[in-house]
Amino acid sequence: MDLENQKRVKDYTEQYGGENVVVVLGAAEAEAAGLAAETVTNGDPTYAGPLAGVQLGLRVFHAVEPSFKEAVDAEAFDEQIGMMEMVLDVDAIVTEMTNMRNEFTKY
Amino acid sequence: MSYAVVKGAGYVLVHTPDMVFHNGTTQSTERIVNPQSEYLSKLPTHFRSYEEVVAYPPNQVYIGTIKPEALKSYEMPWYNKKVENAERYGRHGEIMPQDEFLALMKLVDVFDLVKLEKAFTNAVKPKIAKHPLLKEAFAAKLKDGEELAEIEKYVKEQHAEPLYHNEKLVGCIKRAHDIDSNLNAHVIHENLIVKASGALAFMHLIEKNNLDVTSIDYVIECSEEACGDMNQRGGGNFAKAIAEVVGAINATGSDTRGFCAAPTHALIEAAALVKAGVFENVVIVAGGAVAKLGMNGKDHVKKEMPVLEDVLGGFAILISKNDGVSPILRTDLVGRHKVGTGSSPQAVITALVTEPLDKGGLKITDIDKYSVEMQNPDITKPAGAGDVPEANYKMIAALGVKRNELERSDVPHFAEKHGMPGWAPTQGHIPSGVPYIGHAVEAFKKGEIERAMIVGKGSLFLGRMTNQFDGVSIVMEGNNGQTEAKPSGVSEEEVKLMIAEAMKNFASHLLGK
Repeated sequence: MDLENQKRVKDYTEQYGGENVVVVLGAAEAEAAGLAAETVTNGDPTYAGPLAGVQLGLRVFHAVEPSFKEAVDAEAFDEQIGMMEMVLDVDAIVTEMTNMRNEFTKY
Repeated sequence: MSYAVVKGAGYVLVHTPDMVFHNGTTQSTERIVNPQSEYLSKLPTHFRSYEEVVAYPPNQVYIGTIKPEALKSYEMPWYNKKVENAERYGRHGEIMPQDEFLALMKLVDVFDLVKLEKAFTNAVKPKIAKHPLLKEAFAAKLKDGEELAEIEKYVKEQHAEPLYHNEKLVGCIKRAHDIDSNLNAHVIHENLIVKASGALAFMHLIEKNNLDVTSIDYVIECSEEACGDMNQRGGGNFAKAIAEVVGAINATGSDTRGFCAAPTHALIEAAALVKAGVFENVVIVAGGAVAKLGMNGKDHVKKEMPVLEDVLGGFAILISKNDGVSPILRTDLVGRHKVGTGSSPQAVITALVTEPLDKGGLKITDIDKYSVEMQNPDITKPAGAGDVPEANYKMIAALGVKRNELERSDVPHFAEKHGMPGWAPTQGHIPSGVPYIGHAVEAFKKGEIERAMIVGKGSLFLGRMTNQFDGVSIVMEGNNGQTEAKPSGVSEEEVKLMIAEAMKNFASHLLGK
């Protein structure tokens, strides 16, 4: 995850409290989504950014996950994400995200 | 006026392993946050040799030796495959080794900021003399070089940027000002790399297409660096600086910026200038981005593979008035991501792909080849960024499904027919749309394709001035041989005929017929 984004996630968590923050990812690959999810839960695995060694344990979802899809307006979802849902490997992303949440999410 | 045409293109790569280590931002960031890192200690053992870089199939596509489609015959990963009998020079350009490029940086420096060591200068001078485009005249300008002690002094005491070759200090770039951070040695280093690699691509454009360099009227430079001083950080102008190096004495120019989308913006601007009759010959040119070398190096090292982002890229393309042969640029079929477009992938693809097609009454499948972000997947896949061109083709196909122009089952195969595997190095603007233009000119002339779309996209938000994304696109089409468009008004002949007809009617009327 981009160093600037790590800083923003860290700042928001300090400002609003981890229980009030949900991170929504849009990465195109399961592996990249997993790395970003790991960063905002268990800390930056590359040890390069502000979240290195910081275990925020935030709730994190990918925009194509069913749990996110069900929570938002269907028309808006179709307009904004429908096409990408057709393109991305949704199953691989769901598996990766579920694993990360099960292991590291505190909330 | 008739459409502008793409006359030809030049493409260069420069193998720069020492710059990967010293100047790539992934590495320079690591040196600050984690100086004792395992990654930095392992990195040099993951560098490729120059010969390996030359034989690497995607690089041979970039310089025009093999066609993009030929990559399909090499099973991935490509880094352990070779193009047999691969050579440094291709139909569109060359792959230059690092030592010659350091000399070229010295040769394009007009402020005496580049200092090269004596022994290094002596060793590289005959190579420059032998270079088919630089020859003796350039070699002589290298002079004798400096003592190593002098260079060490500049580096240690005056914040000069060191230049390394084979892990040895062989020169430096002096700062151009004591206080101005926009003229410090780091910035001058980045900018001279753009100038040198851009000029080399320009020279290949001229030579490979038998052009007269004095016929060039205007140059648009479209890389991602900025040159200027503390009073005007992006004052410019790389375009004119490069035109000067290559001897384009009748040209002036300017720089166009737009992150990775800039080359396609420049292509459209050049086509418009030619179509409007302002200039006859416009070159768009860009040099390479040293900061991006080894950007995904950590993943490459972790996966026990060579660091593949070890080359700088450069290109130059000539847009001219219609010659009746070269492919035309359909300036009436231009797509653009507007401020109000929105950032969802389908809004972006609609704006860039289907809106221009709709203007021409075309379907998605009427375009034979889409040139999108042609990043080499050998580089991006191990870094978890996937296959970028393939993802783009899937998005275009998925939009086709939503428009009922394609079946859902066509999505996975769309790329086979209308796409190509990616081959360009991840140098930001370098892979964006333009790498295909050289191959496209040849494919149009051979009648292999009728239409192609060049798509450039840019991440403007990286500059922190806007959250906007950006992109533009343009359709290229085969030339039907008509160099002049039909005049839209009434010709003199037609006026005479109309008057004669009216007189005849009047006469008939007088005669009472």
